[in-house]
Amino acid sequence: MSKLGKGFAVLATAVVVACGTLAQAQGTLRVGMTAADIPLTTGQTDQGGEGMRFMGYTVYDSLIEWDLTSADKPSVLIPGLATEWSVGEDELTWTFKLRDGVTFHDGSPFTAEVAVWNLDKLLVDSSEQYDPRQSAQGKSRIPAVASYKAVDDLTLEITTKAPDATLPYQLAWILMSSKANWEANDKDWEKVALAPSGTGPWKLETFVPRERAELVPNADYWDAPRVPKLDKMVLIPLPEPNARAAALLSGQVDWIEAPAPDTIPAMTGNGFVISSNAYPHNWTWHLSRLEGSPWNDIRVRKAANLAIDREGMMPLLGGLMVPAKGFLPPSSQWFGTPTFDVTYDIEAAKALMTEAGFGPENHLKVKALISPSGSGQMLPLPMNEYIQQSLAEIWIDVEFMVVEWNQMINLWRAGAADAAVEGAQSINFTYFIQDPFTGLIRHLDENLIAPNGTNWGHYKDPEMQELFSQIKTTFDPEAQNAVLQKTHEKFVNEALFLFVTHDVAPRAMSPKVTGFVQAQNWYQNFSSISMAD
Amino acid sequence: MLTYLIRRLILVLPVAFGVSVICFMLVQIAPGDPLTAIMPVDATAEEQAAMRAAYGLDKPLPVQYAIWIGNLAQGDMGKSIATGRPVAGEVFGAVQNSLLLAVSAAVIAFPIGIFLGFLAGYFRDSWIDRAVTALSITGVSVPNYWLGIVLVIIFSVNLGWLPSMGAGPGGSSAWEWDWLHMRHLILPAVTLAVVPIGIVSRTVRALAGDILTMDFVQALYAKGMSRADVLRHVARNAAATALSVMGLQLGYLLGGSILIETVFNWPGSGFLLSNAIFQRDLPLLQGTILVLALFFVAMNLIVDVAQAAIDPRIQRT
Repeated sequence: MSKLGKGFAVLATAVVVACGTLAQAQGTLRVGMTAADIPLTTGQTDQGGEGMRFMGYTVYDSLIEWDLTSADKPSVLIPGLATEWSVGEDELTWTFKLRDGVTFHDGSPFTAEVAVWNLDKLLVDSSEQYDPRQSAQGKSRIPAVASYKAVDDLTLEITTKAPDATLPYQLAWILMSSKANWEANDKDWEKVALAPSGTGPWKLETFVPRERAELVPNADYWDAPRVPKLDKMVLIPLPEPNARAAALLSGQVDWIEAPAPDTIPAMTGNGFVISSNAYPHNWTWHLSRLEGSPWNDIRVRKAANLAIDREGMMPLLGGLMVPAKGFLPPSSQWFGTPTFDVTYDIEAAKALMTEAGFGPENHLKVKALISPSGSGQMLPLPMNEYIQQSLAEIWIDVEFMVVEWNQMINLWRAGAADAAVEGAQSINFTYFIQDPFTGLIRHLDENLIAPNGTNWGHYKDPEMQELFSQIKTTFDPEAQNAVLQKTHEKFVNEALFLFVTHDVAPRAMSPKVTGFVQAQNWYQNFSSISMAD
Repeated sequence: MLTYLIRRLILVLPVAFGVSVICFMLVQIAPGDPLTAIMPVDATAEEQAAMRAAYGLDKPLPVQYAIWIGNLAQGDMGKSIATGRPVAGEVFGAVQNSLLLAVSAAVIAFPIGIFLGFLAGYFRDSWIDRAVTALSITGVSVPNYWLGIVLVIIFSVNLGWLPSMGAGPGGSSAWEWDWLHMRHLILPAVTLAVVPIGIVSRTVRALAGDILTMDFVQALYAKGMSRADVLRHVARNAAATALSVMGLQLGYLLGGSILIETVFNWPGSGFLLSNAIFQRDLPLLQGTILVLALFFVAMNLIVDVAQAAIDPRIQRT
């Protein structure tokens, strides 16, 4: 080959290599989170759903995970670090077959012994690796677990305290950290926090507390389709909504979580994209069922539900809500077919109130606990004022007791009978309803009456208790879904809550962000995202 | 002077002790529970009790105070409940950033305030005086967080000249004296400077106006002293009071920038305090308030000593 020919060949090779590099280089995504700090990085995250979303399922995996690939259907559980699982005839002993060949970011293998080590980290306070901060986040997520052992490298056995078919959902919370990395960091979780190691699709490259975390792809991730396309994802805490919006509009970040509804027109007007989707979030009033509570009368409960024009509330939230048709979002796989239609019918509501003994001359007075702000509360003040106005039309006079969010959480834990709620007969509280326990059981189980749990209203019903028991003892997933549907139908048919709305997890992003599929889940898959030029 | 300094230093001790007691007790009065920040709402009462014991929150308040002050005396401010990180590192890092912001705002505000105040005092009751008065009253009256948002909309969102958040590129708080970082400082510092411009100019105007009507000024003119020399004497007479106002303003700039730091996501003590309040992070709250309060005490001490150095009459009082 002539010198000229060699020169062309070298140049052509260089161009091909450069183009190849460009094709792989999918850019950096800078995310403005609502959290005030980078979520806990050692494994079990803090900062609620956002923590799990950005620092949980990114850097770590759990034995069983949520399918985050579809925007069109509710998420279901899929194999994660465990490829299959089954329960024994005693309905207590579960066997998990672990995925072969999975390694942590530090190169150490994931085995059943490491899974046991991780469970000890959360549950056994005498173990060397026990971490109070991770335990505070994880222990209450796996109440069913009694004991566990490694049968061999790839077989884990977990025994439950009582038959509990919701164990797979509980285990989806538990993230696996590297034992080898903890040992390499002098067995010090504070050091691990700065250089964590999981098995997840992202590796934490840089972490500056309160400032930013930089994640880079784990090219060796065991699930090839979930190897991230981006070069880097930068997480920046931006708790103030206006600061978050300004950061996006001025190009300092490419993506923000939870844009304030009043900033959305400015964003869409400037070419930014709003992504949203139904997901298991609930905005309701929990009702006191203590003796003497007016909400004990099903006619009053149904009337209140029929008095709210949920469609009319949508402009208040820039359209970013799903009007409630029950306790779970209408798209939920456990919604079922309730007979009570949660809709706006003021005449039917008035008829029910009249039947219950109320009218223009005889108003019903109720006291409601609300907060002026709070994580997941959407716009609590105007929304509750809207409800107050709606209920006034059917002669229900609502007096608000407004408390700050942190105190609200305490009153939620305290329950309707606690003196601190000062006789309030309802509480407006929002939360995660993604699995059978958080979605249904914890709100009405008589064993979880506050302060033992979050059955705030002290509800008791043997029929409901039997349904909860069936959920826990029905091990076939299809049959369990049927029980969950039947349970939800009871929730709706008896109007056990004031059903109002579900959030749609809005996030605003630069038009350069491509490939994001917003799953109907609190967590999201960031691996499919790339940045257009 | 040395005796005066020693006397003032001794007086600082009971003040610092009082400040520590108030810091500790104030945060206990607020409703809420620090465990809320770190535990899921479904945590059982048993789990909460265990965690409360782990953080020593189950002990009586006087015992908690004694432990806290004992550790403090050894330089240990405890660990944040929400993050698990040492409070001292969090607070001092944030205070450095706030100091940077406060001093920058002071560098903008004090010369402008002094200049405008002198101008208004010298031309008292003229249109200049009225214009400066209008300007300073506007500066004091406009809510500075609102001004901050407006400046962000104009200079960050619409013009794209300056960043809207953080202390450095990519949200970094590691400060460097280069343009990439300094451009992050401009909007918050200007916003923060508006109130002290108003206060300092009003103070200096009143002082200059009063002093200019005093007999000694007429005597200086009668002696044939030039206008510039007379103004130098006026400035020296006004300096002690103006200095005390500016010292206090610097304290307010440091401790009172909570809204500005929130609007601009500036990683300072105000931002830290705001997050600690929402999370009921008691050790972090106590540590931050204590450091800011002690800064106030130190500022007062420095101003007192500086005043005494400028005006020897103060040492005799």
